[in-house]
Formats: sequence, C-alpha cells, structure tokens
Amino acid sequence: MTREMLFDGVQDIFRDIFDEEDMVIEDKTRSDDVEEWDSLNHINLVSAIEKEFEIRFALEELMALKDVGSMIDLMVKKLK
Amino acid sequence: MELFLTNLEYPLDINKILRKKKSIKKDLLLNGNFIAKNIAILGGSTTSEIKNILEIFLLKNGIKPKFYESEYNKYYEDALFGSNELDKFSPDIIYIHITNQNIIKYPELKDTPEDVAILLSNELQRYKSIWNSLSKFDCAIIQNNFDYTEDRGLGNLDCYDIHGKTYFINKLNNEFSLNARKMKNLYINDINYLSSYIGLRYWFDKSLWYQAKYAISMESIPELAFNISKIISSIFGRSKKCLVLDLDNTCWGGVIGDDGLDRIHIGTETAISESYTVFQKYVKELKDRGVTLAICSKNDFENAKEGFSHPESILKFDDFTSFKANWNPKNQNILDIAKSINIAVDSLVFIDDNPVERDIVFSRIPSVSVPNVGSDVVEFIAHIDRNGYFEPISIADDDLNRSQYYKDNKKRINKQATFKSYDEFLVSLDMTAEIKSFSSVYLDRITQLINKTNQFNLTTKRYTTGEIDTITLGDEYIKVYGKLTDKYGDNGLIAVSIGRVENRTCHIDLWLMSCRVLKRNMEFAMLDELVSKCKDQDVSEIIGYYYKSAKNSIVSDLYEKFGFNLLEQNDEDAVWKLDIKNYEIKNKFIGVEND
Repeated sequence: MTREMLFDGVQDIFRDIFDEEDMVIEDKTRSDDVEEWDSLNHINLVSAIEKEFEIRFALEELMALKDVGSMIDLMVKKLK
Repeated sequence: MELFLTNLEYPLDINKILRKKKSIKKDLLLNGNFIAKNIAILGGSTTSEIKNILEIFLLKNGIKPKFYESEYNKYYEDALFGSNELDKFSPDIIYIHITNQNIIKYPELKDTPEDVAILLSNELQRYKSIWNSLSKFDCAIIQNNFDYTEDRGLGNLDCYDIHGKTYFINKLNNEFSLNARKMKNLYINDINYLSSYIGLRYWFDKSLWYQAKYAISMESIPELAFNISKIISSIFGRSKKCLVLDLDNTCWGGVIGDDGLDRIHIGTETAISESYTVFQKYVKELKDRGVTLAICSKNDFENAKEGFSHPESILKFDDFTSFKANWNPKNQNILDIAKSINIAVDSLVFIDDNPVERDIVFSRIPSVSVPNVGSDVVEFIAHIDRNGYFEPISIADDDLNRSQYYKDNKKRINKQATFKSYDEFLVSLDMTAEIKSFSSVYLDRITQLINKTNQFNLTTKRYTTGEIDTITLGDEYIKVYGKLTDKYGDNGLIAVSIGRVENRTCHIDLWLMSCRVLKRNMEFAMLDELVSKCKDQDVSEIIGYYYKSAKNSIVSDLYEKFGFNLLEQNDEDAVWKLDIKNYEIKNKFIGVEND
C-alpha cells in the first residue's frame, strides 16, 4: 500500500468519526486544528485506524505522535 | 436506513457501529416516535464511548435518552453524597459501570479465612451503600457484576483457593445476584457472562486502559451497550411478546405436506433431527416463561397440525395461541395473528428459514422483528437469544419475593449510609500528598500534564519541555507539582502550579489539576504549599488569572473559593488578588510531604 492510499484511508476514518463527509486533512493537521478532536475522539481515531489497517501501535509510539503526517509515517513503517 | 438498523442486531457489525455512530444516530433520529428517558451513568472507569453507543441502541428501540455522566471514577462519591446536578437530572435509570478494576483489595496469601471474609464484606458493603443511597431516586439501578481478571496469579488454583482473584470475584458476583433477587429496582448487567461470550482476551485491552482508562476494549463497547439496551428496553416494556414460527425447515426438517409425518426430521436419531429438537426445546422454554407462540406457515391446516403430533416433537399443537397455516401471504397472516391475540404488531418476532418470506413480512410490516436467521436451524437460537427480544426483567414476581423485599427494605431504612458526611468520607480516604518544587525526574510527566489538561486549568497555557527546564532552574519561579495517594492507590502526579515572582508579587501563570482527583481538596493543599513558598521568598500578594476556554468553566470560580478578591473582569476572563499576610491553612484532609 502506498503512503497516498494510507492517507486516503485515514482521511475516510476522520470523515466517519467526525461525521463530516468532505473533511480534508493534511500531514500537518493536529488535534488543535479540529474542534472535536479531543482526547476521547483521539482514542476512537486510533482504534479505528488499528482495526482498518490491522496494525497495533505501542503505547510509546502513540505518545510520540505529533500530527497526521507522523502517524502516517509510522503506519508506513509498520506495514512494510 | 434499514441497512443501518441491521447493523444494530446480532451479529453486530462492530467496526461500522464504532466508525459510523454519528451518521447512524442522525438516521435514527429521523424516526419520530420516541419516549424520552433520563439515564445517569456512574462510571468506575471511562464511559464516554459507552454512552455514545448506548444512545444508538436505545434510539433504535424507540427510547431517546438524555444522559448524566459522573466525573471519571466518581461513581461512589456521586452515589453516596449525590450532586445537585444528579438531583436535578432526576434519573429514570442509573447505570453503574464498574469492572474488576474497581475492586479495591483482593486477599493476600497471608490472609486467614476470616480476613478474606472481611475483605469480601467490605467490598460488598460499598455497593450496598450505593444501592441504598440511590434508592431515594426510586428508579431502576442497572449494576454491572464483575468480569474475571485476564491474568490469574494462582493459575487454575485461582478459582478455588480462598486467596484467588477468580474465587473472590465469583463470591462477589454471587452476592450481587442475591441482592438483585431481593431488591426491587436492582438489575444486574451480567458482564461476567458477556466477557466470557466475547472472550477475556478481547474483552480487556491493556493498552487502552493505560491510555484512556477504558476498562473494556473498544470492540467490546457495542456488545456492552447492546446488552444494557436490552435491560433498559425491557424495563420500559419494550420487550417482544410473541414468537411467530414458520413450520417446514424451521420447526422440523423437511416438508410435512410432501414427506409425511414419518419422514420429517425431529427427535434424536440423526444430527439434523437433533438440531430441530434443540430449537424446539429453546422455544418451549420461552413459552414456559410467558412468551406467546404462534405459527405462520404456508401449509394445509390439517397437515401442519399433524406435524406436532410426532411423538418426538417437543412442541405440541396446544402450545400455540394462534395457528395460521393456509395459503395467504404471510404478511396478511402476521397481521391476523396480532389481531387475534390482541397485541401490537411491533411485539412480534418472526422466524422463517425462507429469505423471500422474511423479506415480504419485513418490507410490508417493518415494525415486526424479522432477524436474518439464514436457513440453518443451528443458527436460529442465537438470533433470538442474542437480540434479547424477549429479555425478561423478572420471572413473574410472586408474593414470596415481595414479602421478602418489604422485610429487607425495613432493615435498609434502619441502617445508616456508611458515611454521615462528605468530610467523613474524605477522612476515610487516608490521603497523603507529595507537593514539592519541580525536579528533573518528573519533567516529562509535568510537561505532558500541562499540555493535555483542559478542564481544571485556569490559563490553559502550554509549555515546551525546554521552557519547563528553564522554569525549573529559574529562581524567579515558584513551581510546584502534587502527587496524591489514597487508600485505593497512587493517583500519580496530578497537579502543577507555576508562579512568577516580580516585586514581591507572585503571578500565577499556570494552575492545573487532573480531573481524576476532583473534590479531594487537593487544590487547597496545593494553595497552602504555594503560599508557604511565597512567604519564603518574601512575597506579599498573589495574583491569579482565569482565562475562559471552551473547556475550563469548571474552575471559573476557583479563585473565589480560594478567598481571592476580584481585581478586574474582561468578558469572562478575570484577574484575582490574594493578600497572604493573614493566610490560613485550607487543607484539612491530606497529609502533605513537602521540600
């Protein structure tokens, strides 16, 4: 799977969780940029991503995430 | 729309529910007919997503809930000492979400049988006082029992040695059952069963527990919410009343009209006949506990009736209150059945192995429940059982139970709640705190807490690790962290305050605390310490700032509570001042260890 495909998949998850069909995210999108992206929705996002791509993030990896881009990079690494 | 609804029936489409909950909710809200109910969730762990998903299942059952959610892990305090908010809310249902994570003290190996009995009684007493205290609301209480712990220190011995956790949990669950039998309005949400059904490995997610204090895995939440919704629907009389069955290849294998009585499959002779017999037994049990049975079959009436005269048939012709075997369309027959036994169409459940017949009934009469049972009788029971159509809240309570309840209630009234006041409760917590200046071992945790705390945070000022380093070393800063321990365990580092000293005045740039320790008086202990450090530096007054954010209204009056005077007010932001010359110590409940 290419990074682009991963990105699109993650964007779909964002759209579902926040129920905004035309939501657009970028590599530099962070929780501060999305009003409803609080700690509880963050957990929902991570769970949905883990399910969809059949990966599992370690606790320390999760703590280090800064923005969407760093999450996708981590996914690329894991799916290699 | 219908597509979404089927996601909310067995087998649940877990991922879709979790991902699409918002749009599912929107769709469900398009339905007009709801009864409104107030549901209070008192949680011993995070309950946010449980609430969201429960809402969907209730909407599907025609119940529009309003929710009250206790602060994180404040189920005990809310139940025992109440809150204005909860009183005003006047709940129709109180759901107490606890799990084995909320067990305070398990037996230790050195404990005698008497010690173990005391531990058990202490644990049980907590819940008894919760139930007693909540009885003032005169509403239904739905109480989780306990799931097993995934790890068993004693291996298989864990379930029968008196020091085992499994043993302890079994004992507790038995006591819960006993109390629920006796106490009107107390219902058990059997997570001990549910976690077994899901599998303990999948039920609990250690990582999610550390991250967000959810005591069950994300993928278990829909099953949990589904289970709670069955109890709530049953309490509000939304359970189904009548099971309508097809005959050929549903009640028995084969076609009675073609094969004849001798050739249909029922009994124990073959695997196939046995599977139909087991299904009939399940249906018979439903009938024995009050579910009405009916037949809706395309058949000649006499042939159909003859099928139940088979010597191995568990169900007999007389078990059915309504028996429609003819050549009319099934949707017509279903309406006739409802009419003849005088119940609403929406209290019918229809089981048929033929997808075409299911479709006709469901598309013509959407209010009838038509589970997608497939064509294999082996699967039929699960569709009836897991969907909880006939969830009973009691088996026709007889007078014996009733008189027992009245007796118990008298005892209850005589017994006082465990604590007479909140102060007494706070004393019982045996709290100790460590409140000291920042030190290098805690810098990561301090930075993390600063950057994620939104509610109990006066200024919501964020700092980088570098800035915290500078502050730690700078003499012009008064910077304290607080750790709180109580008899339930260590809450960790949960409070941070940073003051900047200029000309004998200390400006509080940052004041925050984790909501984990709300209402524990920790903020007063922090203030005492800050004031004492101010005096050491010859500070005479403290200036506090409140900057309103979307999430911090909980502390808008904190400085007022602290005894500060209002200096200026701009919109909702405010500046407060405290002269510390005659400051009096405010914390009375926490033993403090300081620098």
